[in-house]
Amino acid sequence: MVEFFWAYVWPLIIIVLQILAIVLPLLLAMAYLTLFERKVMAGMQLRVGPNVVGPFGLLQPIADGVKLFFKETVIPTGANKVVFLIAPMITFILALVAWAVIPFAEGWVLADINVGILYLFAISSLGVYGIVMAGWASNSRYAFLGALRSAAQMVSYEVSIGFVIITVLLCVGSLNLTDIVLAQKTVWFAIPLFPMFVVFFISALAETNRHPFDLPEAEAELVAGYQVEYSSMAFALFFLGEYINMILMSGMTVVLFLGGWLPPFDIAPFNWIPGPIWFALKIAFLLFVFVWVRATFPRYRYDQLMRLGWKVFLPLSLFWVAATAGVLVMFDWVPN
Amino acid sequence: MIVASLAFYLFAAMTVASGVMVISARNPVHSVLFLILAFFNSAGLFVLMGAEFLAMILVIVYVGAVAVLFLFVVMMLDINFVELREGFLQYLPIGGIIGLILLVELIMVIGAWAFAPEAAGVAAAPTPPIESVTNTEALGALIYTRYIYLFQGAGLILLIAMIGAIVLTLRQREGVRRQDISRQNTRPRSASVEIKKVQPGQGI
Repeated sequence: MVEFFWAYVWPLIIIVLQILAIVLPLLLAMAYLTLFERKVMAGMQLRVGPNVVGPFGLLQPIADGVKLFFKETVIPTGANKVVFLIAPMITFILALVAWAVIPFAEGWVLADINVGILYLFAISSLGVYGIVMAGWASNSRYAFLGALRSAAQMVSYEVSIGFVIITVLLCVGSLNLTDIVLAQKTVWFAIPLFPMFVVFFISALAETNRHPFDLPEAEAELVAGYQVEYSSMAFALFFLGEYINMILMSGMTVVLFLGGWLPPFDIAPFNWIPGPIWFALKIAFLLFVFVWVRATFPRYRYDQLMRLGWKVFLPLSLFWVAATAGVLVMFDWVPN
Repeated sequence: MIVASLAFYLFAAMTVASGVMVISARNPVHSVLFLILAFFNSAGLFVLMGAEFLAMILVIVYVGAVAVLFLFVVMMLDINFVELREGFLQYLPIGGIIGLILLVELIMVIGAWAFAPEAAGVAAAPTPPIESVTNTEALGALIYTRYIYLFQGAGLILLIAMIGAIVLTLRQREGVRRQDISRQNTRPRSASVEIKKVQPGQGI
């Protein structure tokens, strides 16, 4: 019995504690991301933003959460009930499980797997199912149109994300996320691969259905797209999933291009600050850019969105894969 | 490893069960969703075998792209389920024959019978043992170095198939006004906007 405890139960307890150590700060960060977004947008539009609940509106996310929790869950009669209820769960769970491979500092990672970046790519490509299933199961025209748009959009932008990842992998020589960060000790990949960094960030906007690519939920034409029939906690799960995906895509950008937990210069006082704090700061900066883009740009038209994905980003990223490979071979910089 | 064998039975049972549901579900969208579940569990089986690269590629390519397109098409089809059920039994003979062939092939693979006994040695040689290199390196060396011409040939065949599909569905229509973005962007202001000074009370 004692052996069984040390061999199976104890590791399980450790893993559960590690998962909680990732998920709880993440949910808190997500809650305050909504407040951050509203405050930053308010600042950019010369408004005050939420300032009533708590000091500086700091309790606003909690008030919003409680409000959503106590609302009534409405399931439309024409809906396909099982798929309708599974869809928000899928969105939320996929947004959370991707964090298993993100390294917060050297060795601070839940699952240090060989193919970490492929795992992230696979999970983010599954995100489309939550939306498509929600749109179909709602049995509503608006929701279905939103779902179809999002399916086409996410599949299109995944292709260029894939090529961007290949470019980075060519420079690293490993698919492990920790190795990718350590390969950026001398210079962050955002500098030599700057165009790829831009392509990746814009594709991340499209992948998370954020402005200016938020066509799946375009309020003005589709009411709210795939989430129009959802209320209460089912809606809250979509909302949580979308915001956690934003943090996740920012985290992916940081790991691939901005040197993960590494300080910008390996000299004092920069290297006094511990790695996880650098990681969080970089993510916060990218999230600010997410909000900045939302406050600044108008929504894309659908054909322009498709043109940008297939006719601009795909050839550009394909060219950069070939060019990077060529440069690496020419100067004999190919890793191992 | 008791956990690994438990995981194996879980994934294997789920794969078989969702495979059965794919062909028996009444609603085609549910069929596709069960197909996705089957893919997912097969990816789990790959991970248990130590083929993590293949597992991830299975999820990325099949679940993330192919099945999305499947779902996309099936959701837009307007299918009468009753009509679909009616002709179900007429396909039984041909389906049964295909099933039988697959069963015989499976038995041949699992049994010790080999068509060419030396083939196993050739197939086993190219990859070094799994402990010395990662999956990705082993597959890369095999596909992009050792069998590069065969790989390129397969790629060309797929490309031709793709071009063929596009040619079959492409139709040139008369009178379609296409948007030329570079022309729009290079249009000078003088060609598009004219500023007039309007006197009050006179109009243009």
